[in-house]
Parts: sequence; C-alpha cells; structure tokens
Amino acid sequence: MALRLTNTDESFGAVSIVLHWGMALMVFGLFALGLYMTGLEYTDPWYTSAPHIHKSFGLLLFAFAVFRLGWRLGNPTPGMVRMPVWESGTALFVHWLLYSLLLCLPISGYLISTADGRGIELFNWFTVPSLLSGIDAQEDIAGAIHLYLAFFIILVSGLHTAAALKHHFINKDSTLLRMIRIRR
Amino acid sequence: MKRVLILLLLLSGLVALPGRVSAAEYIIDTSKAHAFIQFKISHLGYSWLLGRFNRFEGSFSFDKTEPEASKVNISIDVKSVDTNHAERDKHLRSKDFFDVKRYPSAKFTSTGFKVTGERSAVMTGNFTLHGVTKEIMIDVKQVGEGKDPWGGYRSGFEGSTTLTLKDFNITKNLGPASATVDLYFSFEGIRQ
Repeated sequence: MALRLTNTDESFGAVSIVLHWGMALMVFGLFALGLYMTGLEYTDPWYTSAPHIHKSFGLLLFAFAVFRLGWRLGNPTPGMVRMPVWESGTALFVHWLLYSLLLCLPISGYLISTADGRGIELFNWFTVPSLLSGIDAQEDIAGAIHLYLAFFIILVSGLHTAAALKHHFINKDSTLLRMIRIRR
Repeated sequence: MKRVLILLLLLSGLVALPGRVSAAEYIIDTSKAHAFIQFKISHLGYSWLLGRFNRFEGSFSFDKTEPEASKVNISIDVKSVDTNHAERDKHLRSKDFFDVKRYPSAKFTSTGFKVTGERSAVMTGNFTLHGVTKEIMIDVKQVGEGKDPWGGYRSGFEGSTTLTLKDFNITKNLGPASATVDLYFSFEGIRQ
C-alpha cells in the first residue's frame, strides 16, 4: 500500500513530513553556509561557489515555503494533543512565525543580490530576474535584515525543537512522533 | 528711488569683483556632476576593477598669478562607493574594507602646492581614510579655465595618486597584485 501523501485530521501525510524535515535541514544548512561564506578569505577556493550554492538553495527554500503554505491551507491540519490553551496557542503562533520567517529570509537575501538589477543564477539552471532594485542603500538594509532574521529563525527553531522534545520526553505524547512516522 | 538703489547695488557688486578675482575661491561642481573621483585596483593581476565615489563635496582656491598659494578641501561620503555591483559595494562598506559605520567620511586637506610645469604641479596634503590620516602627494594638472556660456567662470583640474591600502589600515588580503589602488579625480570649480 502506498504511503499517504495528504494530511488527515489525525496525522500528517508524507508531503508535510518531508517538507518539514527537508526545510529544517535547509534552514540550518543555509545558516551555517551563510556564516561560513561571509568569513572566507578572498583567495579561498570556495569564495565564489559558496555564495552561489547559498543563493540557489535559498531560492529553492522560498519556492518550498510558498508550496508549503499552500499545502497547509489546502490540507487538514491534525489536531494537537491535549494541552493547555496557552501552550497550543503559543505553538500555533510559533508555527506561523516560522512560516513567515521562511518567506522573509529568502526575500531579504534576494534583495541583497538583486539590488543593482542583476538576477540570481539558480544553480546553473536559469537566472531569477531582479524585480526590485535601486532603492537607496538597498543591499545594506536587506543585508542587515537578512542577518538578524537568520539569527532569529535559529532562535525560534530552537524553541520549537525544545518544545517538541519536551512533549516527547516529559509529556510522553505523540507530538514529535507524528511528524516522523508516515502513515500508510 | 528704487531704481537708483538697484543701480547702486549693481555698481557696488561690479566694484567688488576685482577684489574677488584675486581671492579666486571655487566650489567644486558636484551638483551638476562635473567632478569625479575614481579608483582603479588590480583584480588578481589579470584585469582592472574600476569604481568611484558618487557623493563628495569640496572647494579650492587657485590664482594663476599665485599658484603656490592654492588650497583644496575635499570631503568624500565613503558610503557612496560604487563599483557597479551591489554585493561588492556592500562588502567594500563593511569592516573588511572601509568600515563606513565607524568612518563615514574621507577627507583631503592640502598643505602645499609645488608648480612643476606650465600646467602641472604636485600637491601635498593630509588624506584621512578609514580613520587614518596620512600625508600624500598628488600629481595635478590644470585642464583649463575660463568663462562658461552661462555667465560664470570655471577652472578645472585633474589629478592622480597611488595609495597603499595597508597604509590606511585596510588589511584585507586581495592578493599581491592588489596592494595598491590608483586614484584619479577630475574637478571643475565654479568661481564664487
């Protein structure tokens, strides 16, 4: 029997689960790569390729984020396990905060590279054109926002992770497991 | 009565003009962009990278009959660095290079002017960049001077010098061919 792709009221489908972990991996990978590449010496062999990879994956992350938002809105969301209202309310708030960060981070990064009207090469597949350029100090403002949001998403992801681990090890409920087990 | 007053004012202006000529103060025409500060640095030893500062202001005094008394003051908004690539300009403004948050402006104040030819001279002065002040020498040449078609008087100079980045505490390693940067400027002054 095939794996279930869509969500039900009780469980997450394969698409949601793969998106969740795939994008989590991308966020941490992009964060590490971003810090690494901005510290490279000019003569480092990775000096030009590291930003190229960072930008390409960043643009992919944006595409996945848009798709994920559509998937979330077009699918049932499994109900949370029983917990106090403040807890479920906080969890919901953090989820939507993460969605908005997943959209804003790539946008702010995109606005750095496209500030002079140049597009961004997505791997070597095609060039994503610049849609907004020439704002005064655009690359500096977008750069500062990109950096702060990057630290912020790591902080919020950490909170999200801590909460999931708390549910798993302290409350011993199914919150974490249902994001891991793909139901048939 | 009014007419007489205006006439008197005009006359007093005319009378005062010869006195101004010997002072010969010029404001560099940045508002209409007849002034440029450009730089050129080697890229890996294989080609040149050219850039410019888009915002600066300055003035000079110059008199043909007394060139050694010439004076120049320039202030550059370092943030306005422009190499036709936003990512690179952002990098140039960062701590790796100009650190514009700490050192937003660069300044040049002349201290001497030595005539070396009919239209050429060597200007010495203090140049402050990246928080470091250093005496530099600039080869300058008068390009021309005279009346403009709109009732003013203009005088233009060009000049060049070579700066060593390390001298100004810019230590980012760009390779052995890129330790120095050539500066070129062309300034058109409007006599005040």
